[in-house]
Amino acid sequence: MDLIADIIIVLLVVVGIIFTIVTVIGILRLPDAYTRAHAASKSATLGVMSLLLGVFFHFWWNEGHFSIQLLLGIAFLFITSPIGGHLMSRAAYVAGVKPTELTVADDLQEVIEQKRTTAKRNTQED
Amino acid sequence: MNIFYSVCLVLVILSMLGLLYRVWKGPSIPDRLIALDAIGVMLISAIALLSILFDTPFFIDVILLIAIMSFIGTVSFSKFIERGEIIERGSDR
Repeated sequence: MDLIADIIIVLLVVVGIIFTIVTVIGILRLPDAYTRAHAASKSATLGVMSLLLGVFFHFWWNEGHFSIQLLLGIAFLFITSPIGGHLMSRAAYVAGVKPTELTVADDLQEVIEQKRTTAKRNTQED
Repeated sequence: MNIFYSVCLVLVILSMLGLLYRVWKGPSIPDRLIALDAIGVMLISAIALLSILFDTPFFIDVILLIAIMSFIGTVSFSKFIERGEIIERGSDR
């Protein structure tokens, strides 16, 4: 029974480390800010969640300590990390960071232009 | 088992060093912000591994704290990049 517990814990920790390394490779090699945010927000989240699950099982099965804080941390990371990625990508687009040369379609451009013109008209009317 | 966790900790710290290269070199400000956010996430995994290595569950609170702090920092900095101010002034002055 101890052996099975150790195998599950080591598998979860190894999956977490592999996703962490994939995150670093993606951030170092992908061409622009949006693809980097894509790599960072998804893969880093899954990696740290898997690793924290392994640590949670370690403290539960080997030490007999059921830690609510770790479960809360996993849930909090799962909720907030995609929101952080979305906010960073939107801030990058509004600040005018160009997408890579390989981009074929940019649907967000017209919407933002339209919004800017209506905002300008509203301030002029006021 | 201790050797395995130590190797994992070294790998996580090397990943943080790779992200520091992106923070140093990144062509735009949002690139640096993304790399810093990922560094925060990896700091969480480093502390989880350290709490296994030191054999104590008292570092677990730090994990939740760092997650909350990192999220607040990311939200406020991206709002600063997007609008130029973090806390907007009310319209009824």
